Amino acid sequence: MSHCHGCSVKIDIPEGARRIVLAGNPNAGKSVFFNYLTGMYVDVSNYPGTTLEISYGRWEKDVVVDTPGVYGISSFNDEERVARDVILTADVVINVVNAVYLERDLFLTQQIIDTGVPVLVALNMVDEATKQGIQVDHQLLSQLLGVPVIPTVAVQKQGLEEVKQQLSQARRGHTDGHLQQELDKLINRVGSRGEALLILEGDAAVAERHGLQPLDQREAIYLQRRQRVNRIVGQVLKETSKATSFANSLSRMMIKPLTGIPILLVALYAMYQIIGIFVAGTVVGITEETIMIGHYEPAVRSLVGSIISEDSILGTILIGEFGVLTMTFTYVLGLLMPLVVGFYFFLSLFEDSGYLPRLATLVDRVLTGIGLNGRAVIPLILGLGCVTMATITTRLLGSERERRIAIFLLGLAIPCSAQLGVIAGMLAAVGPAFVALYALVILAVLVVVGTLMNALLPGQSSNLLIDLPPLRFPRLNNVLTKTGIKSYQFLKEAFPLFALGALLISVFQVTGILTFLQNALAPLTVGWLGLPKEAATAFIMGVVRRDFGAAGLADMTLTPIQVVVSLTTITLFVPCIASVLVMFKERTKKEAAIMWLSTWVIAFLIGGMVAKLSQWLGVSTPFEVVSVIGAVWTLAALTILLVRFTKKTPLSDSSKSGGVA
Amino acid sequence: MTLDLIKRGQCFKINRIDNETVRSQAIRFGIAEGEWLTCEEVVPAGPIVIRKNRQQIAMGRQLAKEISISLN
Repeated sequence: MSHCHGCSVKIDIPEGARRIVLAGNPNAGKSVFFNYLTGMYVDVSNYPGTTLEISYGRWEKDVVVDTPGVYGISSFNDEERVARDVILTADVVINVVNAVYLERDLFLTQQIIDTGVPVLVALNMVDEATKQGIQVDHQLLSQLLGVPVIPTVAVQKQGLEEVKQQLSQARRGHTDGHLQQELDKLINRVGSRGEALLILEGDAAVAERHGLQPLDQREAIYLQRRQRVNRIVGQVLKETSKATSFANSLSRMMIKPLTGIPILLVALYAMYQIIGIFVAGTVVGITEETIMIGHYEPAVRSLVGSIISEDSILGTILIGEFGVLTMTFTYVLGLLMPLVVGFYFFLSLFEDSGYLPRLATLVDRVLTGIGLNGRAVIPLILGLGCVTMATITTRLLGSERERRIAIFLLGLAIPCSAQLGVIAGMLAAVGPAFVALYALVILAVLVVVGTLMNALLPGQSSNLLIDLPPLRFPRLNNVLTKTGIKSYQFLKEAFPLFALGALLISVFQVTGILTFLQNALAPLTVGWLGLPKEAATAFIMGVVRRDFGAAGLADMTLTPIQVVVSLTTITLFVPCIASVLVMFKERTKKEAAIMWLSTWVIAFLIGGMVAKLSQWLGVSTPFEVVSVIGAVWTLAALTILLVRFTKKTPLSDSSKSGGVA
Repeated sequence: MTLDLIKRGQCFKINRIDNETVRSQAIRFGIAEGEWLTCEEVVPAGPIVIRKNRQQIAMGRQLAKEISISLN
């Protein structure tokens, strides 16, 4: 049934089943449709040659495939390439369109219609459009496009049943007459209308599949399609009032540094208050201390202890200090889970409100200095959630050069949410001066390494070109669902790795390897970093998971400066096993290995440097701590100046800036 | 003049976009050569935000330098 052209995602399509593909611009609401149709039953498959994941699930006897949100299927990035291939092999496409952004979204609609697949349009978010004074005549729209158009409010399940029922009415829509003629000429040679269209639009990969040269009609077709869409929008859309001025002025305030930076600081402060103080303190106090350590651990110990002795080897491994049944559950459920839920809640709020692209605009200037552009703020912020996931999203960046910089910075200097929670908890106990020292050291490393990479890597980074979606009040329902799904994914990933880590450490403990390693690493931990030799355990644990290491440190008695040095080292230190694996998947083996080794060297170098500086300058008074910060930043500034001074970049090349991201 | 010299609130017509990729992407966002747009915001030394109807697009400063425009 499904006609595959050689590079499609591997999905088992049963005999006689239809391949129903969901397509649309980013944040159009595809996932709500997907969940509704498949009943949350999701299979995830990696698209060959990429790490982009495609979700698919069953609906009755058919298969529903979700695609990444795209503005077109034009191979500008991996998302588009994946969406293109999935759409080209579809039996039916449900195109989810945002009614507020009809003019933008219908470009993709018309492009999909031009491929010749049967389409049904779900005109989503009609409630929001009405609120903004926009009325869309969906019957006329259906007539002009030549496909069924059903108004929906997906998050409230309005119109979804109708989409299900009308799916059999999906059909090929209208195409511009001139384009049709051009397509007719090519279809006989290619055999597929969709592929013919993309060859006409200059898609090199599709042309190569047929041994043809891509044709250079992209711009002409785009312009014609844009005019057609504009005409349609002009006919079907009535605006009764202009967009709300409050959202507009707030949007502006988020972008301008004078107001945008305070807004960002307020958002971060709210996050700190809620995650760092309330969740890390009060909630974790209940979940970790009272529930897990107070009730769960004694119960497990007595249960397992009644069968095997706690002092035996198996007993140590199961219910000892680093026990698989004790420490794993306490750390993951009692300590990390509340922190991770808190973080993902904020991240979902930011995502749903439309704040992230505005933040990208605000910080574009700053990120240009480290070879990135504003869009990189998205993976960098996602990295604060989970570095593994963020490493994959660097695919949205415009060039290999930017991906290289972003992936390395993510692995090196961005602590993940679980680790951040433990760090916040530990820092809260040592006072503001030391918090500033930790934050500014990490920031200095980020800036210096980014600047160095920008100066040393050949080429130029791409420019910012980003769509600013409407600012809107996040729907609690949606935010909670997203938080729930992401937190569950975290649990699924963290649990086995944590159990493995606990097992490893317990085995090291009972075999005496732990003491051996602690002694062997003593010159580094005690001599260079000025920490107790037990800190080595935390570093070994940190290799398994970063937060695991940080949590290990939380159990030790340390002086304030030791807290800062150990946290600095463990933050910069190797990313967790999962993110190292993704790093190796995303980059070449050689490059990933260099990145991995570099993080070790930098982590111990900087950690030791802070330890030595604080020994020389002292850290007993806030003034002394400030002088350590001053020394770190002076060194950073000197390095940057030295690099800028010696780098030989012909300025005339700047006009040949790369593409866009 | 080029787009990087625009001031907030000014209306302008896009005369030419040299970068072919940017040209195609802009068309998809609803912006083509010859169209009239408004400058929504200028971030000091940073991106320019342009608007057409409800569509807002932020564009890096370097990119704005490569887009030739005229004011009315």
